[in-house]
Amino acid sequence: MNMRTPLKKVRGLGAAREGTEHFWRQRVTAVANVPLFLFFLGFLIKYNGKPYPEVVAALHNPIVATIIGLMVVSGIVHMKLGMQMIIEDYITTEWRKVTLLMLNTFFSFLLGALCLFAVLKIGFAG
Amino acid sequence: MANMTNNRPLSPHLQVYKLIPTMVMSIVHRITGGALYFGTILVAWWLIAAASGPSYFEFVNGIFGSWIGRLILLGYTWALVHHLLGGLRHFMMDFGYGLEKELSTRLAKLQVVVSVALTVLIWIVAFLVR
Repeated sequence: MNMRTPLKKVRGLGAAREGTEHFWRQRVTAVANVPLFLFFLGFLIKYNGKPYPEVVAALHNPIVATIIGLMVVSGIVHMKLGMQMIIEDYITTEWRKVTLLMLNTFFSFLLGALCLFAVLKIGFAG
Repeated sequence: MANMTNNRPLSPHLQVYKLIPTMVMSIVHRITGGALYFGTILVAWWLIAAASGPSYFEFVNGIFGSWIGRLILLGYTWALVHHLLGGLRHFMMDFGYGLEKELSTRLAKLQVVVSVALTVLIWIVAFLVR
């Protein structure tokens, strides 16, 4: 017997009211991460061991700064979603789970803010 | 009530199953993901160092360039490459391809070989370009 109302069924969002949002964001950021991280890897190879002014001048380039900024956003969202899944899978005690989920959010935002500030500072000021 | 829930039978966990390549790769995918989560600190640290000025940048570069720093970066590279390849395999499986027993096992084994080879290649190129 199905107790769900027709509206609930057609919305298809399930008990958490989020539907497939988590899964979908995880895939979208995963796809975005592939070229973005390959670019970053190439950048690190190219500027490995180069003097400071040369590295900063490269990071000052608007295209480079934008791509690295996008990598930070996509990467941070992806890692936050992934860690959320790990916490929800293994931590069953409610208060521990909620605490860790919050710490996950704080940690991700902190790292994201640090990275973005650094990228923007070099991008604007050099 | 509390007693009732405590005595419920539990389903067996991972240790009762024989380890097979696809299963190991699934576990390693999660482990490398967790490692990369904390490895992001390295990326943030490097970017902050670049934004802070030449002396701090040299200091951080010195740590990354030490043997222990290089070992950690080597591990980070492998985790990144392995997780990326695992992700590509997941995309394929999300679309319903490569799920046959022999093929999925072969691809899981191939993932280790390719991730190690690519990591070595990346480091060789990085040293050659330097």
